[in-house]
Amino acid sequence: MAVVALYRSTIGKKVIMAVTGFIWVGYVVLHMFGNLKYFVGATSINGWAEFLRTFGQDILGYSGFLWVVRLVLVSAVLLHILMAYQLTQLDWASRPVRYSGRNYLSATFSSRTMRWGGVFILLFLVYHILHMTVGNIHPNYEELKPYHNLVVAFRDPIQVVFYVAAMIVLGLHLYHGVWSMLQTLGVNSFPRNATLHRVAQAIAILVPLGFISLPLAILLGIGVRP
Amino acid sequence: MNLTLKVWRQKNAQDAGRFETYTTSEADPEMSFMEMLDIVNQDIIRKGGDPIAFDHDCREGICGTCGVVINGVPHGGHGTTTCQLYMRHFKDGETITIEPWRARPFPVLKDLIVDRAALDRIIVAGGYISASTGSAPDANGILVPKPDSDAAMNYAVCIGCGACVAACPNGSAMLFTAAKVAHLNLLPQGQPERYTRTANMVAQMDKEGFGGCTNHGECTAVCPAHIDMSAIARLNRDLLAATLKGVA
Repeated sequence: MAVVALYRSTIGKKVIMAVTGFIWVGYVVLHMFGNLKYFVGATSINGWAEFLRTFGQDILGYSGFLWVVRLVLVSAVLLHILMAYQLTQLDWASRPVRYSGRNYLSATFSSRTMRWGGVFILLFLVYHILHMTVGNIHPNYEELKPYHNLVVAFRDPIQVVFYVAAMIVLGLHLYHGVWSMLQTLGVNSFPRNATLHRVAQAIAILVPLGFISLPLAILLGIGVRP
Repeated sequence: MNLTLKVWRQKNAQDAGRFETYTTSEADPEMSFMEMLDIVNQDIIRKGGDPIAFDHDCREGICGTCGVVINGVPHGGHGTTTCQLYMRHFKDGETITIEPWRARPFPVLKDLIVDRAALDRIIVAGGYISASTGSAPDANGILVPKPDSDAAMNYAVCIGCGACVAACPNGSAMLFTAAKVAHLNLLPQGQPERYTRTANMVAQMDKEGFGGCTNHGECTAVCPAHIDMSAIARLNRDLLAATLKGVA
């Protein structure tokens, strides 16, 4: 009963957004960590892909763990979108007559682009999965060969530009999202506020930088071995 | 000072409303914003028109009755209530846009006056403590740690003007509700009803049709009582605790 009441309240919906957001923040940090193995070499990053499939296979079978993670991620993103949609409807309904002109004092570009930025990230996500996981829009996809797939994909400057743009949008979403998540979960307090803002800033800058370093290195021919 | 005012005029709640333009050459930098409006109104009355209706009472920044959106910012954006805003913040020859608070739970009654009874109903839902009356209790009978009383007082200074709702891009009443909840939930006298208060006030806030908080911080930027966003984090924390305790 209590959980249902929480879901019905605007705060409860935000808690769901915060928890699902937290799952994805954890995921993108790990994903970036895996990507950086590119700089160690083909064996390292290809081995990481294999490790993700063999991890826990004694219990869950080959790729079992990976599918559990995928299931959690897909559920989280669907809930995140559903709550964002419901809250946006409530928010817009609360101001039927708009101001003739607004002058924002503290809202940031990041906080004001959460909704459309989120939509862009979703579109990128679908594209990215088709590109790098399913591989059907990749020019020469090879299963379990991430090193090869990356080098081939990011030789194309258009792909690099699109990817960099998506990572900048992700950074903006993370900057407001991470702090907002901590606020919604009640972690924030007056003395902690500045520190939490710095945590959000660090994640919002380091995660996109880590991701962007890879296609840029490939485009510039750094670390590419034939 | 010569000023051009674009003022929202609306006969009643049913009227669609529109902006009308007024000019004055009698404004002075030492006047408060409301004294300037009084002069404009005198001029309108002299010409046989209907003066601009706006809410005001104490005119010294403590009652929370006044409040209009000035050039897109509730209370004009100088950390005060509208009545404590002075004309020295404006330039000679400036055009000033004046609008009422805009939120579905705040219907316009006339011109710049809105009905803020929704905030009162949130208070009725739990913004109080139940205490037995009778002879006065002993002084210092209930000890309150100094940091708690300081924090509670920082939230208790909310005057309920509604600028937070007006400023919020989502028309959310979270800062108001959070300040009221945090004030009482920090004090020993507020503990017996702590979680039911939190759950009931949030439920009433949602029922009134206020939007949700997306943490832009516009509310705290315009709050004349300077209540900060930590109030909202406290409210979130206590609502989560209320849920875990099965109260919500």
